[in-house]
Amino acid sequence: MGDPALLEPPPPGAIQVDTTSARSTARRETVRLLMRRPEFLIGMGILLFWVTCAIFGERLAPHDPQLPNPLFSHAPPGSDNWSYVLGTDRFGRDVLSRVIVGARDVLIVAPIAALLGVTLGTLLGLVMGYYRGLLDDVLSRVVEAFLSLPVTLVALLTLVMLGSSTKTVVLVVGVLFAPIVARTVRAAVLSERELDYVQAAKLRGENGPMIMTREILPNITGPIIVELTVRVGYAIFTISTLSFLGVGIQPPSPDWGLQISEEYSMIINGYWWTVFFPSIAIASVVIATNLVADALQSVLQR
Amino acid sequence: MLRFIARRLALAIITLLLLSLIVFAISNVLPQDVGRSILGPFASQETVDAMNHKLGTDQPKLDQYLHLLKQIVTFDFGDSFQTGQPVSDLIKTTLQNSAKLAILALVITVPLGIFAGTLAALRRDTIVDRVIVMFGLAGSSLPEFVTSTFLVVLLGTQLHLLPPLANWPPGSNIFEQIHYLLLPALALVLVYFGYIARMARAGMIVALESDYTRTAMMKGISRGTVIRRHVLRNALLPTIAVVATSTGYLFGGLLAVELIFNINGLGRLLVTAAKAKDLPVLQAGVLVIGIIYMFATLIADILISWLNPRIRLGSEG
Amino acid sequence: MSAMPREEQHAALEVEGLDVSYIVRGVPRAVLRGVSFTVAPGEAYGLVGESGCGKSTTAFAALRYLPRNGRITGGRAVIDGTDVTHLSAGQLQRLRATRVSMVYQDPGAALNPTLRIGTQVEEAFTVLGQSNARDKAIAALDRVRIADPRRVMERYPHQLSGGMQQRVVIAMALACDPQLLVLDEPTTGLDATVEAEVLDLVQSLRVDTGAAILLIAHNLGVIRRMCDRVGVMYAGKVVEEGPAVEVFDNPKHPYTVGLLRCLPRRGARREIRRLQTIPGFLPQIGEDLPACVFVDRCQLATEVCRTDPPPLVAVGDSRYSRCHHTDRIDEIPEPAVDPQELQVTRQEKAPVLSLRNVSKTFKQSGQPVFALADVDLDLRAGETLGLVGESGSGKTTLAKTVLGIHAPDEGGAVVLDGTELGGVVTQRSSEAKRAIQIVFQNPDSALNRSHSVRYIITRALKKLAGITGHEAERRLDSLGEQVRLTPRHFDMKPAQLSGGLKQRVSIARAFAGEPRIVVCDEPTSALDVSVQAAILNLLADLQRDEGSSYIFISHDLNVVRYLSDRIAVLYLGRVMELGPAETVFNGPHHPYTEALLSAVPSVEGQPSTRIRLAGEIPSASAPPAGCVFHTRCPRFMEGVCEVEVPPLVEVEPGHMMACHIPIDELRVLQARPQEMDAGAT
Repeated sequence: MGDPALLEPPPPGAIQVDTTSARSTARRETVRLLMRRPEFLIGMGILLFWVTCAIFGERLAPHDPQLPNPLFSHAPPGSDNWSYVLGTDRFGRDVLSRVIVGARDVLIVAPIAALLGVTLGTLLGLVMGYYRGLLDDVLSRVVEAFLSLPVTLVALLTLVMLGSSTKTVVLVVGVLFAPIVARTVRAAVLSERELDYVQAAKLRGENGPMIMTREILPNITGPIIVELTVRVGYAIFTISTLSFLGVGIQPPSPDWGLQISEEYSMIINGYWWTVFFPSIAIASVVIATNLVADALQSVLQR
Repeated sequence: MLRFIARRLALAIITLLLLSLIVFAISNVLPQDVGRSILGPFASQETVDAMNHKLGTDQPKLDQYLHLLKQIVTFDFGDSFQTGQPVSDLIKTTLQNSAKLAILALVITVPLGIFAGTLAALRRDTIVDRVIVMFGLAGSSLPEFVTSTFLVVLLGTQLHLLPPLANWPPGSNIFEQIHYLLLPALALVLVYFGYIARMARAGMIVALESDYTRTAMMKGISRGTVIRRHVLRNALLPTIAVVATSTGYLFGGLLAVELIFNINGLGRLLVTAAKAKDLPVLQAGVLVIGIIYMFATLIADILISWLNPRIRLGSEG
Repeated sequence: MSAMPREEQHAALEVEGLDVSYIVRGVPRAVLRGVSFTVAPGEAYGLVGESGCGKSTTAFAALRYLPRNGRITGGRAVIDGTDVTHLSAGQLQRLRATRVSMVYQDPGAALNPTLRIGTQVEEAFTVLGQSNARDKAIAALDRVRIADPRRVMERYPHQLSGGMQQRVVIAMALACDPQLLVLDEPTTGLDATVEAEVLDLVQSLRVDTGAAILLIAHNLGVIRRMCDRVGVMYAGKVVEEGPAVEVFDNPKHPYTVGLLRCLPRRGARREIRRLQTIPGFLPQIGEDLPACVFVDRCQLATEVCRTDPPPLVAVGDSRYSRCHHTDRIDEIPEPAVDPQELQVTRQEKAPVLSLRNVSKTFKQSGQPVFALADVDLDLRAGETLGLVGESGSGKTTLAKTVLGIHAPDEGGAVVLDGTELGGVVTQRSSEAKRAIQIVFQNPDSALNRSHSVRYIITRALKKLAGITGHEAERRLDSLGEQVRLTPRHFDMKPAQLSGGLKQRVSIARAFAGEPRIVVCDEPTSALDVSVQAAILNLLADLQRDEGSSYIFISHDLNVVRYLSDRIAVLYLGRVMELGPAETVFNGPHHPYTEALLSAVPSVEGQPSTRIRLAGEIPSASAPPAGCVFHTRCPRFMEGVCEVEVPPLVEVEPGHMMACHIPIDELRVLQARPQEMDAGAT
């Protein structure tokens, strides 16, 4: 009586699965596709370089980043027989060393802020998108109000009132990112919840939190991961701007934004290297994260 | 359509109220002691109390908030701590300068971005496309102070093409002012070009691959006419939204740019106010920027709905 | 416009050995593998096949509008004597403007949403360099039977109904008086009565203009109705070709034979015989196939079929079949029928489900939408109730109210085994949730793509049947067996399964809690014909084994008739007719049912009556007074039908109808074969 139609092997092109779970195969497939994209490789390459700098900072740096050397203040790149490869700042501190060690603060602080923002934002977006109704209306207005204010500006105000320390910066930036993430997550949730499987879940009596976490969330991890990567870039962006404005990470940290702000007034006198190389550093990290985000988006969206 | 506008306006007002609430919360509610936050840990208790009294923070919170609302409506935020000048005067003058810069930046960025994005979509996957996308991506990754730095170093001090500081002599006419504002505007253009170009490109691609484009091609209309008459109007709708949000980001970017180029604009005012903990100026400035952004999005929303017949006319028959 | 037959030398369309590939991730995948056929001038030629066979691709390739990654890798297409494959862009443009036109599947998407109708139709004339485009446009709209063309010119596409949109597209297509008109699934997605009108229109325009037609469809009935000749496509090849009537009545290729046997035919009921299925799966695009593309699924296959490409054999007057074994066609076995298999248990007991006075009104931008009004229905144990109706009929709303997705309006009740159920699913007991389940239309959205099959079913077992652990494993295995899934499938995710397999998982999930009632909402509409048969057989088997009742919704009347014991016909949220399937179908029946049956094209030939309804289905927010059908009813009686609402009464034992015309009169009126066009309001 069996229908011979169904004892055939699954259609060719479908991934054959025996004992390994489908999930790890899908992940391997994703990684494989990512590796074929040049933007992913370049981005990851740059990030890996800076992560190495962040971890092994002092060992890689040719000089002590904090040690002043009045004899060589504002020495151009290549001074002292290329001992100061990128030159020195006004206190005679080696720019290269400061740039290498400066990676640490940014690369620790920014991802934490981004993670905080994404976690809060995902929670918010899930609740708003799933329940809709009055809750969604009210929260959407709040989100929109937050989005009307440039993050840097609000962060500025908040840090002024609360006093700036590394911890507060992370908290403030993280919380201010949540509305942006919430909007993206909410949009993703809205399109998922129209699908029939959500209806099927309700019909078998699943409650709200279960549906949000077990049914919907696994299907929106793609946009969330992309958003996380983008947020890391923006976090670096924002935190270095705040440091530049004086309310972010405080001296004497070799934070890049701070370096630029300290040395900026000297450009007029032709001392460009103290500002240029930290700028390149910031630019490279942000571009790298955006490249990775773009690659992730193309691959996860197929 | 009119009902849509009315509804949107009502929502905007609610958002405005929430905005004021947020600013209020940050400046008056969050800190334990507002006066202390402003004056620092070394000030004497009497001066702190005097400050608190002056700011009115010893009053109930609700009264404080209503006072803030009244200030918004009457556009009178008291006097600056630093200079004693009325805050509204300060804002008026600085806003003009910021507006000049912002408008100059937008006037360059928007057409350039739309043109580049459209070009990239039409020459999809060619070198032109990739260059535009890469350039846009790179630009939007950079903080404004970084691009400003590059430009100042490159065009200002090394090549001496444009003045590195926007200090135009008083009495200069508009063209001379633009000459000085060009460099800072370019710094902003570099950053915001990317958003607009990429959105224009995406909108264009969707429109090019749509069924109605296929119908037009199948009618035997030339490709150029199809793009002009059918594709562009559908492609540009989503771009309008991005222009609005870019306006908002732009005001955030003004902070660093005005500082670097020494422009007497709202952004620099806020940064100096921040350093000096000049609360009235800070509050007022943030609110004003928020309001400007909200109106930009409101106008964009209305424009989009007006251009989209589905919303403008609703469905009938 | 010329009304004379064309005296051309050239065929309207000649396709020779056309090969087309799509480049996917750098690898070319073959879609068309040497397609050849000819459309004579003035002839209507149909291309039919299941998804992935390449019929649409053929049409677009002939017009050289392939997607970015599509390439013509061999062969050629000749339209009216011009080889299309080597034209320059300018020449192609001219060809499209003057000699060939196209009508598309989704007319709403095919029209530019930001341009007025007038602009778009005029464009079809201005591209020809003609003056007076506006007048010509109005005349064109008139020709496609659009009432009040001047007003329509000012409208935007979204303001028109689907049927009107398609007429506009047809008007644009005919502007240039083409030699060849290509129609790609032109009526898929339109309601049956609207479809009938559009097809009528195309037919009459064809006669007027003498244009040749290439019609692409998956619905065999439509092809039979409209086309002189047909080409059956499978895996990018034409496997059989000939006059449409002959091919469908007497197929000469194993695939065509199988396809026709999959369809529920007039008179077939599930108690009489199972539907035959075609074993195996449809091939993917670009798969490497043996010499005969159908060999893996063919009952007549022999060794030579794998190694030698089958020849094109002439099997009659201008009839061809691409097969090595055309002489053995009659040997294809029909499945042995085990009468015990087919027995359907039915018990006359109290109804399992009752709907009493159920209405449902929605609010849409301030206007009330009367989706359902005063529905009274009973559903008995083990029976299948078919719900039939077009868009706006309320059948989906009815299903959702039964399930508890919507609550009925005040005063209405859904009663299960004598107990009134809570309006919304959250108010219902777990017993009730377990008892009423659903199989959705779209297998892709019905299953959570992040969950494995195992998780999907075991979760349903836990929530609906309260079973976990080892017992759940056992139940999983037995459910899998019942729906014919192998253990290998359990660890797969939905993306790795075909449409038919996904639907089986959906069915297994619905049956996890041994439900009393399963709502089947167009369960086979998204599936290919060959897969549909297997799913219908499965549903019939499960009903017999489990004793569940079905509420079966489908727009395909033949499928409904095959599975249903009783049928309810809905129009604008009201039950027009309710009775045993055969009675409702054979008559005498409600005028609306009559019109529906008359509108549906069948692969076996045309219905004896041709009734066409005028106008569009009224909006559910402004239902007509009296009998809601009176505005379109061809048997409208002035003074009665627009004044009084006809009650749903029993006109024969077990047969209810809501019509003012007495059944005996209907019996007489409907006994005569006739043609009727409703000229009602």
